[in-house]
Order: sequence, then structure tokens, then C-alpha cells
Amino acid sequence: MAHYLQFESISKGFPGVRALSSVSFGVAEGSVHALLGENGAGKSTLLKILSGVYRADEGRLLLDGRPQTFRDTLTALRAGVAVIYQELQLVPQLSVAENLFLGHLPNTAGWVDRKTLRQRAAEQLRMLGEDIDPRVKLGSLPIGQRQMVEIAKALARDAKVIAFDEPTSSLSSRETDRLFAVIRSLRQQGKVILYVSHRMDEIYAVCDAATVLRDGQHVQTYPRLVEVTRDELVRKMVGRSIADVYNYAPRKLGPPLLEVKDLSGSGLSAPASFTVREGEIVGFFGLVGAGRSELIRLVYGATRTTGGTIALSGKPLRIRKPPDAIKSGIVLLPEDRKKEGIVPVRSVQENVNVSARRHFSPMRFFISYPRERENASRYVNALSVKTPKLGQEVRLLSGGNQQKVIIGRWLGENPRVVLFDEPTRGIDVGAKSEIYRIIYGLAERGVGVVVVSSELPEVMGVSDRIVVMRDGTIAGSVDRADFAQERLLAMALPEGASVGAGA
Amino acid sequence: MTTIQTPSQPAAPATLSYATPPPAPPAPALLRALWDNAGMLVVFALMFAAAAIFVDHFFTWVNLRGLLLSVTTIGMVACTMLFCLAAGDFDLSVGSVLAMAGIVGAVVSNATESAAVGIFAGVASGAVVGFVNGFVIAQLGINALITTLATMQIARGLAYTFAPGAVSVGIKDADFHLLGRYSVLGITSPIWLLIFAFIIFGILLRYTTFGRNTLAIGGNSEAARLAGIRVRRTKIIIFTLQGAMAAFAGVVLAARLTSGQPNNGMGLELQVISACVLGGVSLTGGVGTMLGVVVGVLIMGMVENVMRLMNVPTFYQYIASGTILLAAVLIDRARTRHSV
Repeated sequence: MAHYLQFESISKGFPGVRALSSVSFGVAEGSVHALLGENGAGKSTLLKILSGVYRADEGRLLLDGRPQTFRDTLTALRAGVAVIYQELQLVPQLSVAENLFLGHLPNTAGWVDRKTLRQRAAEQLRMLGEDIDPRVKLGSLPIGQRQMVEIAKALARDAKVIAFDEPTSSLSSRETDRLFAVIRSLRQQGKVILYVSHRMDEIYAVCDAATVLRDGQHVQTYPRLVEVTRDELVRKMVGRSIADVYNYAPRKLGPPLLEVKDLSGSGLSAPASFTVREGEIVGFFGLVGAGRSELIRLVYGATRTTGGTIALSGKPLRIRKPPDAIKSGIVLLPEDRKKEGIVPVRSVQENVNVSARRHFSPMRFFISYPRERENASRYVNALSVKTPKLGQEVRLLSGGNQQKVIIGRWLGENPRVVLFDEPTRGIDVGAKSEIYRIIYGLAERGVGVVVVSSELPEVMGVSDRIVVMRDGTIAGSVDRADFAQERLLAMALPEGASVGAGA
Repeated sequence: MTTIQTPSQPAAPATLSYATPPPAPPAPALLRALWDNAGMLVVFALMFAAAAIFVDHFFTWVNLRGLLLSVTTIGMVACTMLFCLAAGDFDLSVGSVLAMAGIVGAVVSNATESAAVGIFAGVASGAVVGFVNGFVIAQLGINALITTLATMQIARGLAYTFAPGAVSVGIKDADFHLLGRYSVLGITSPIWLLIFAFIIFGILLRYTTFGRNTLAIGGNSEAARLAGIRVRRTKIIIFTLQGAMAAFAGVVLAARLTSGQPNNGMGLELQVISACVLGGVSLTGGVGTMLGVVVGVLIMGMVENVMRLMNVPTFYQYIASGTILLAAVLIDRARTRHSV
């Protein structure tokens, strides 16, 4: 069977990771093809190669049997390939019509022909069955309609191949249904559709075929998805059973360590209280926007609290800014490693010492390079950070090693409470269980650990207890003995929403 | 279904290969290291050697001293501009602050008949402008371009306002003049002051928490804040220092000219930023060294000096400085790119 879109032995490497190694598969016309895999499996890299953002190190990309070389996104667009990303590539300040024809506005010698623009835009939107006024500003539309505009934009470009990257992550269930209807009609028109998502229900609802990637390698392509069970897909994606990854072992817990009472502030809809005992690992689970990150950022002083108390071993603390928390022994590993964690252009050594140097800098002002080296190499060794030298810029390290650098930064502070916000997001599979080992090591030493995560298996895998958050409040707390997916999910879902609605 | 991620496997798979630099033959590796760490220094050395060989009168004590004197203003201001740029900001008000401080120094010293009070008042006036810059940028969150564009005009206006009749103000106190021409070991005070400034701010950047925090803030200010660095306070200090230093350079310049002149330092901000960029300081923050700035300042001074010696008309000098700046940025880009 000839495939319209064919990947042939595609390989791509980045400093620190081999993102794709020799991936080959094809997608047929009039078919919706799911691309499955964990974070770091190589899905986004493959999409970026398809859209011309990256160039493959090796291998070929064929459209209708013809090899393509996409120098940039424009050449990909011209060849009829459109990728619709999670973060939509639209300009909110411009009108819907202008967005639809961004880059090829109908014009006469450079003068925009507004009437034609409006007519053609309205036409495109009608074809999708959307009733959107092309004159309104894009920014005024709800997110679901913006996505429709993005799809219409791809169609306006005569795209033959359309790839969706986690398209439903911010859609309501009604918007999701609309989207699926549109995708099905695109399939009927003979388009070639690639669909990336984590959500199994969606995959089965809309896809005909599927390809599983793991660690940058092609694991399997299923031409007929209906013949494959969910368990089979998950097993292919994960590679191993869940228990091996987490290696959880119970610990003896000490007296209450961190006691948060009636804490309030932005992102919380009601005052929140919780306790972490010495040596305890408390998972925080909830949907995106439930207020988990917001809560621990309040504890850390990253955002101002408007009320409530925080005590450590019974001693009340006054935390107004991060330095206050650090001095008390409470540290935070932020959610977005690149934006909030590392200083990418500075060295590993610099990144490790940025906080802990206050303990060994003469007069707290002068830098002692021997001691900085000693401190950095201690944690680089202890955490087995893979870096060619201490002077290496942190941006050149892989995600997992960057995360370890930040952990090393905090170990130098001898923390009593460590708040992990999405500690394994976007991290190589191998590095994940190393991070878990570090978390257990901290807890063994009596440190109180908080792990915020949207990955339910992760929270269930590492925690002694799970605090579930919903709509900006704490919905409840579940001990390890009572962990059950259904129960935790039910607690996390907003009132009135059924399981199966989009997050 | 809600977003549920499937877990991952434990052991490091064999397919993961971590970046280890490929072993390079020793000689090229050495050259590469030299190029990476001191690219502009090499360029400067080559240019200097070429000028010494081919340009008459260049390699003479008198000329080199003149060259150094000609870069004292740019050099001093570049010391603190390095901190601004390293923190991811910049300051356009330095030229105006320099003029204003010269006038304030002259007016106050004439009024009080004290050189010291005049000098102090000049520097303090600049520190005030710098503090305002820092406060507005760090505390109120207005961007540096707008803020310092505004204070650039305000300070220029104040310079004219403080100068009676909006013309230059002669400095009567002879002690004040000494600040600009006191000579030790055959070298005049502005050059000594420049050397001290290079050393002090060089140490401040490399060997103090203040300097390292500055680079961290420029590299990623949110990460710096969450790592416990007091970002706002540090930025306010940086801008205050910048204002004080620009003012000090202005007072020294006024002493050299024996008068404060309200139109001094026009376009200085761009020359200073150019010198820093020539020296490898990143405009996006987080990267910069004092050695680089010294080299950048010297390259700028040398180009101007050589062209003057060769009787090239001034307007060609503008073209040359612009071209060199562009070339330096391109070289820097080529240099940093291969390591990504």
C-alpha cells in the first residue's frame, strides 16, 4: 500500500539526547493516524521535522512518493503540510480574516484587498461549518473557535497533510466533539491526518491507525487501530510495568514537619491547609488549573499570600519572598525548568552555587572559587549529572540533567522540606527513576517532600499520601493503602463533570 | 478522559547517548579554546600589531597615551554598562547624565568654592537619576528602553536648565581641574581612574555575589528570583551604580575641559553599548566579562585613533565604527553557534 506521507529512517539528535533514531512509517490518504508515546518519546521532534522547524540528521521525508527537503516552515507549508500546535500560531491582535491569510493576504501590488479577504475568510469558515465573523479580533474568540481558525488557516493554504499536536488539551468536551466532527470530514476529503495525544479515549474515538514511539525509536505501527487493545498500546508505549519504575518502599514517618493552615492567595478559591511529616512524601494531584502549583508557590513565597500560617516543626514562619523560605529550609523545584529553574547560559557550577554560596562566601559577598568548585562537584557526583565539565553551559545538558542540577542547587542548602513541581516533566525516561531515587533518598533522611504532578501514575507511584486539589481548593487526602485511580480522579474532577470530559 | 500519563521505564536505555565532546586533535583544540575564550582579544592583538607596523606615529608613547585618554569616558561608563547589559537591561541615559553631572559639579563647586563638594554633588546627581531608572524598571516593571529614553531627555534638559544661559559653565576651582590632569608616573588621572574602574568593576563582576547574581538575573530573572536572589534590589543597585559612574565620568570630563558643557556626551550611550558588544557582552543578558569590555573599548579607541593619524575625515570614521560593530556581532554569533 502506498502511503501519501512516508517517514524513512528519520534520525535527529540534540546535545545530550538522541531524540529520534531511524524512525520509519507511513500515513495513508483519508486516514487519521495517531502518534503515541510518552513525553520524550520523540513525537514533537517528529512533528517539527514534518513542519520544517528542524531538519532531520538522517533519513527522508516523502510526500506522494517524492522526497522533500523542508528548509523552513514556509517550504513545508508550500508543500501542503500544516502542523497545528498546542500553542496556536495565531496573532490575537489581528482579525480572524487576517489570521486566516497571514503571510498571503489577498492584495493588489501590496494593497490589501479587504473585501476579497473578508469574503474568502467567511467562505473558509463556512466550509468548516463555523459561524465566526471574520472581522472580529481573534483574541476575542474562545479557545475552541481559535483552533477552528487555525484549521481553516491550514485549509486556506491548501494543506494536504495536517498534523494535530495535543489539540484537545485546552478544549471543553463540546469543543472537542466539534473538533472531531471536523477531523472526520477532513478524512472524508482525503486529507492525511496525524494526531498526537495522550488521551486514549480520543485516540480510539477519532483515529484509524496508530504508530507508537518510545525513546526516539519506532516501536510499532498498527494499520487498523480497532484490532488493538488499549493495554497493548500502553504496554508498547511504556515498555515495562509500572512497579519497576517507581520502586516504592514504605518508610517510618516522623512528627509533623510542615504545617500549612488556611493559606490563601491568588490561584486558590478557598483557604488551604495541609501537613507534611518528617520523611513523608506527599503527592499533590489535580487537573491543570486546580491550584496545586499555586499553592506550593504560596508556601515558598514565590507569590504573596493573603492570609494563613506556615509552621515548621511547630515554629511559625513568616515567608514573604523566596529567600525567607530558603533560610527556613523550604525549597522549590519549579514547574517550568527552562523558564523558572535553570540559568541556561551560565555554567553547571554557577547554577549549582547560585543559592548555597551564601553559606561559604567570605563576608557573604566575595566568591571563593575553590569552594564553589568543591560544592558543585560534590552534587554533580552525588546525583550523577552527566556533563563533560563543571564549566559546561546548562542549556547544553539534557532535561533530566538540568533537573538534577537544580536539585543539586537545593541539596547545598540542607533543606528540611523540598517542594517538587512536576519533577519529571519532559525528562528522558532513564532519568525519571533516578529522580525518584533522589526523592526517596531525601525522605529517608527525614526531609518532608511534596510532589506535584499531573501524571496520576507518578503521584500514585511515589507518594505515601495524596492530597487531591480541585478548582483551587483541597478536595481531600488519601493514604497509600486507599490509592485507586477511579477514586482519585473522581475527587479531582470539577463538580458536575463526568469522567470523560476534557480536562 | 483526563490527562493521564503512562509511566516510564526505569533503567537508562542503551539508546540514550549523552553529549560528550568529540576528541579533537590537540593543536586545533588549543586554538579553538583560545578563540572561544578570547576571540576579540586575538582580534585586538592583531589589529594593534598591524597598526604598530603600518601606521606612522601609532606606536609612540605620546600617541598611546592620547589613545588611552580618548577612551576614558567611554571606558568608565562601559564598566557599569556591562552590569546593566549582563542583567539583561541597558541604560540610554548615560550620555545625558554625564553632561548633567558636569554642569552640577561646576555650578556647585563654583557656588561652594569647594572642589570636593562639587564633585560629590555631580556624582550624587547621577546616582539619583540612576536610582530613579532602577526603581521604575525593577519595582514598577516598566521596560528599560522607555524608562531610560525618558530619563535621557529629562537629564539632558536638566543639564541645560542648570547651566545659566544654557551654555558651558567654567570651573573656577583649580583643585577641580586637577581631577582631570593630575599626573602620576607620566600618566594623567583620567587614565588611572579608568584603570581603577576596570579593576574594581572587574572584581565586582567575577569575585562577588553581587556580580554573579547580576549574571544570573540576566540569564534568567525568574529562575534567579526563585533561587532566592533579590532581583529588584540588585537591579536598583546596578542602575544606581550606572548613574553614579556616568556622572563621575562626566565630572572627570568637566575637569579635563575646565568647564561643564550641557551638550557633552551626545550619542555616548550607543558608543558605550557598542564597545560592550564588541567585547562579547550579550544584549540578551547573562553573558559578559570585564576583559571583553576592556578589549571592546580599546578596539573602538584604536580605530578612531588610527583613522585620525591617517587623516581620514570624521564621517568615514562613523562608517568604520558601524561596520566594525556589525562585524564583531557576526563573529560572536559564529563563535557561539558552533557550540550549540
